[in-house]
Amino acid sequence: MEISETPIDTDRLRESLEDPRAGGFVVFEGWVRNENDGHEVRRLEYEVYEPLAIKEGERIIAEAEAKWPLIGVRIVHRGGLLELGDCAVWVGVAAKHRDEAFMACRYLIDELKVRLPIWKKEHYVGSDSGWVNCERCASHGLDRTG
Amino acid sequence: MKTITVRYFALFREQAGTGEERLETAASTAREVFEATRDRHRSSEPLGHCKVAINDEMADWDSPVTDGDVVLLFPPVGGG
Repeated sequence: MEISETPIDTDRLRESLEDPRAGGFVVFEGWVRNENDGHEVRRLEYEVYEPLAIKEGERIIAEAEAKWPLIGVRIVHRGGLLELGDCAVWVGVAAKHRDEAFMACRYLIDELKVRLPIWKKEHYVGSDSGWVNCERCASHGLDRTG
Repeated sequence: MKTITVRYFALFREQAGTGEERLETAASTAREVFEATRDRHRSSEPLGHCKVAINDEMADWDSPVTDGDVVLLFPPVGGG
């Protein structure tokens, strides 16, 4: 589990999970999109409380490893200012078979969205900005739409 | 009375106008610290949407606070 203030090097991450025992690799990349809830988004900013984001991220990885037989897992989340199209979060899972790789990847991204102390501020076209609060996920466990 | 350090994040920090402050308080749980600082973080969120950590460990709202603790108040998170 890493927090990065600079662009995520997705090639390097993918290479770090290459393993001759792995028959499948699933990656989820979260990208900065240009619209949220009817607002035209210009860029966004992540505030991360790193000590606990790392600790809680490691805990989520350990949970996934306890549920499925995995060969390698990496998560990197961005902090700081991001432009449209930038990779905000990268979750990669290598496993012997695809089933556990898909399931673990889904589990990791869903859990990290509702558990890590990370906050997103969107800057809109015009000069407005706003913190995106994930109320539905916080109250109902998982947000599968975001 | 005890001395607690309260740290505010994201929206709470902007509302409070500071990231951290000392609080002289009789609060005995994390929930009571949240309530005692409501006029600072001005949260309109139900408590269940927010999270709390004590001394860099995730905690429950019923967790006890003791003199010298650092209580971290997290508004609803939104990573990813």
